Amino acid sequence: MAVAPLLELRGITKRFPGVLANDKVDFDLRSSEVHALLGENGAGKSTLMNILYGLYTPDEGQILLRGEPIELGSTKAAIEHGIGMVHQHFMLIPVMTVAENIVLATEPRRNGVLLDFDAARKRVQELSNRYGLLVDPDARVDRITVGQQQRVEILKALYRGAEILILDEPTAVLTPQEAKELFEILRSLKSQGKSIIFISHKLNEVLEIADRITTLRRGVVVDTIPASGATEESLARMMVGREVLLRVDKKPAHPGDPLLQVEDLVVFDDRGLEAVRGLSLSVRGGEILGLAGVDANGQTELIDAIAGLRAVRSGRVIVDGHDLTDAHAKDALDAGIGHIPEDRHRRGLVLPFTLAENLALHAYRKPPNSERGFLNLRAIFARARRLLKEFDVRGGTPSTPAAALSGGNQQKVVLAREIDGDPKVLIAAQPTRGLDVGAIEFVHRRLVEQRDAGRAILLVSLELEEILSLSDRILVIYEGRIVGEFPPTATEEELGFAMTGGGRDREAAA
Amino acid sequence: MSDDERRADELIELAITQDEVEQAPLQPGVPPPPSMHFASRFGGVSGVIAPLITTLIAFLMGGLVVALTGKNPLKVYHAIWNGTGLNWFFHIGNHSARVPFSTTHMWFPWDTSSVAAQNLQQTLLLTTPIILTGLAVAFAFRCGMFNIGGQGQYFAGTIFAVWLGTSFGGLSPWVHVPLVLVVGALAGAVYAGIAGLLKATVGAHEVISTIMLNWISIWVGSYLFGQGGPLQGSQPSIPISNDIVDGAKLPVIWGLKLLQGLSIGIFIAVAILVVYWLIINRTTLGYEVRAVGFNPEAARYGGISVARNYFLAMAISGAFAGLGGALDITGWEYRIGENDIHANTIGFIGLAAALLGRNTALGVGTASLLFGALINGTSGRQLDPSIFRPDLAGNLTTIIQGLVILFVGLNVGGVWLWLKRRRGA
Ligand SMILES: Nc1ncnc2c1ncn2[C@@H]1O[C@H](COP(=O)(O)OP(=O)(O)OP(=O)(O)O)[C@@H](O)[C@H]1O
Ligand SMILES: [Mg+2]
Repeated sequence: MAVAPLLELRGITKRFPGVLANDKVDFDLRSSEVHALLGENGAGKSTLMNILYGLYTPDEGQILLRGEPIELGSTKAAIEHGIGMVHQHFMLIPVMTVAENIVLATEPRRNGVLLDFDAARKRVQELSNRYGLLVDPDARVDRITVGQQQRVEILKALYRGAEILILDEPTAVLTPQEAKELFEILRSLKSQGKSIIFISHKLNEVLEIADRITTLRRGVVVDTIPASGATEESLARMMVGREVLLRVDKKPAHPGDPLLQVEDLVVFDDRGLEAVRGLSLSVRGGEILGLAGVDANGQTELIDAIAGLRAVRSGRVIVDGHDLTDAHAKDALDAGIGHIPEDRHRRGLVLPFTLAENLALHAYRKPPNSERGFLNLRAIFARARRLLKEFDVRGGTPSTPAAALSGGNQQKVVLAREIDGDPKVLIAAQPTRGLDVGAIEFVHRRLVEQRDAGRAILLVSLELEEILSLSDRILVIYEGRIVGEFPPTATEEELGFAMTGGGRDREAAA
Repeated sequence: MSDDERRADELIELAITQDEVEQAPLQPGVPPPPSMHFASRFGGVSGVIAPLITTLIAFLMGGLVVALTGKNPLKVYHAIWNGTGLNWFFHIGNHSARVPFSTTHMWFPWDTSSVAAQNLQQTLLLTTPIILTGLAVAFAFRCGMFNIGGQGQYFAGTIFAVWLGTSFGGLSPWVHVPLVLVVGALAGAVYAGIAGLLKATVGAHEVISTIMLNWISIWVGSYLFGQGGPLQGSQPSIPISNDIVDGAKLPVIWGLKLLQGLSIGIFIAVAILVVYWLIINRTTLGYEVRAVGFNPEAARYGGISVARNYFLAMAISGAFAGLGGALDITGWEYRIGENDIHANTIGFIGLAAALLGRNTALGVGTASLLFGALINGTSGRQLDPSIFRPDLAGNLTTIIQGLVILFVGLNVGGVWLWLKRRRGA
């Protein structure tokens, strides 16, 4: 018989109004292992982990720690039992320092009342050295990178004595380099006896880091398997319940006339610094142009300027022959620009709005959705019902608030709205961030469909794999300029070299 | 279920989700944090229950204060209840009533001339401006702004109503009354529009600018109606305006004009509640306002002009409050004095009503009635001194009102519900 697991979840069931989020889930974690949790968007992974962290109370089921049943009524109880969690959205206080954030609520005290910051800083430093989690304890949290903030979250959990660490989609917000560093940290934690539950949609990461893999589908456990022997294909099949195309299946492009032309564009960022520095590009109807680049090299500002959301300093934006330089967002929409924004919570959706309202975000102005200033709810609802069906949005009716949907389904809503607007030019920024493989396949297929319908598609993504598999042509952006053009047959290494300014240095040297 | 039935169901559901869904209190514009989504899914229920619990707790604590003074809280609340006139509805009998705007009488289940009836008239008179100043807060809130300036906007309406109401002696009431009301509303709109414009153009925070505008309106009013002021009445040395002319007065439909009977103002206020609901839920303007209120960045991305909506929402808010001022003047006050300007706090009661009513039409209407009744029920005129000291009674209202604002700010009712649900879940 195998050793008793460190932690065991037995028959966990959790219902939300209208949704069975977890259905008699059995799950166990051995000590010093990385156990990955896989599943489609909305499969119930976060719900299960929130139960384990004491945020939700299960409707049924039992949690056993070292064979003993435990009650987790609150996060406090979970922490006392040595369970720590790093949420996808960090819960740090931006204006406080790293050390202050870590010791928050459990501060070491001097003479009972005074905070002992020196002691706090020392203990943070100790922990950070021990696990290779390098951070500056005195830096303010809002001044450090996302990757470092994540380390602070991990340190916070360790500081509170976590033996079991839950990481909910930790790599979704990281650059590939940061993700590599995170894996180093996880290995070091594991070698020092910590047990880790790891949630991710990226199958290659799961295969790289996990010892065992459990897959959830619609709240039910499909299977728990050892990672060795599994492949991306087999995992995808297990998750979605059917064969998934991990590679995009598309015919050769038949590019037509240029629909989007950007000429010598200069755009400033929020701090008033030049972010786009004389950039030119052109996207033709019927082609997908991939824009590859390391984060924060002017992609955001470029998209904003094209979509009428940011002032243009100089240069021109032309859509299908019409000058759209410095147009308002509404004019850009009217001129036929569709825009899947990179941050769907900040921009793409009004979370408290219903799905019907969100789907009407551009169309509400036009008949039949409104006439003479009055909304036509019948038309708005009919349209919403049609789009939800057409784009296979699950987990909501037209009157469900967008906030209640899982990430993948929220993205489908945005996609549905933008594609249904019948755009000439479609800007897709990080269109598959946080999505499961099934949803990614869906989004990719839709984008290719739009291409084949003669639309010009500008794909901006940090994922090289996505750029390579989807694009007909690839441009690399670096420090606000285009530094190279590549065919889709280019290798990741070639692109990576150009993305870090390598190409330009070479030019300069020549 | 047929297709049409389902559609009708969804329309109703839509109305509920739009109007009754959680409006995160005191945090305009901020989408609820993930932890609150849970609660917002229950918007339809907690949207009603949380304010009820809030009110209940406020009344309990008010009762505690009464007990501290050595009086019996139950007796005091009973006396207040009788003072509100709401008990009128429970005395059903065989009576007759005059049909409004005629001399004919007809059978009626309630006695329209009892003391309770008179109390109820007072309560409804007080409810009228609270509804309107409440809507002034609610509408701006829906656009993500906190309009503290209901009081100033109300005064803007008051001042123009007195000015126009005391002029144009011979004008037909059919022209005069609408003129006064429309100009009163416009005055409020322009006044609030200043704050909206400042927010839309230079980003000045509306809380600061509306507070400053409140003070300006108070001192302008004080000057206008004060000693030697341009709108001071014909009696020298009394800092009160003239009465508005009869043609500018709203028809009184219940009770006597001389005894502050009920004018049609309350019906106008209720009609405005409906207008508010329509604008918010059924017009493109309301859609834009709500989008901006929930997430200005997403609204901008959707092609909505955030600045324009800030301005418009503020102006419309001001129109509501300005109309409230005009209705008070034309409905029963008929004149205003320098003292009234300093003593009036209707704008702030409206603020409490909007908070408690969660910025929905039904909520604001109900909360306004609550506060109108409470103020009337605790007024010295109504309360028997042997049951509770009248001078303290008015303070009881203030206490309950303050507690409500505090609790809504802390979302006590919501927290209570949430805790209960978590335990039970
Ligand atoms: N607080 C909540 N209230 C109501 N329903 C919820 C709540 N949280 C989650 N759900 C629903 O429960 C289901 C499971 O959601 P959960 O967030 O656990 O999915 P997930 O597997 O983490 O998905 P993702 O990969 O998109 O993060 C979904 O259908 C979701 O809509
Ligand atoms: Mg999740």
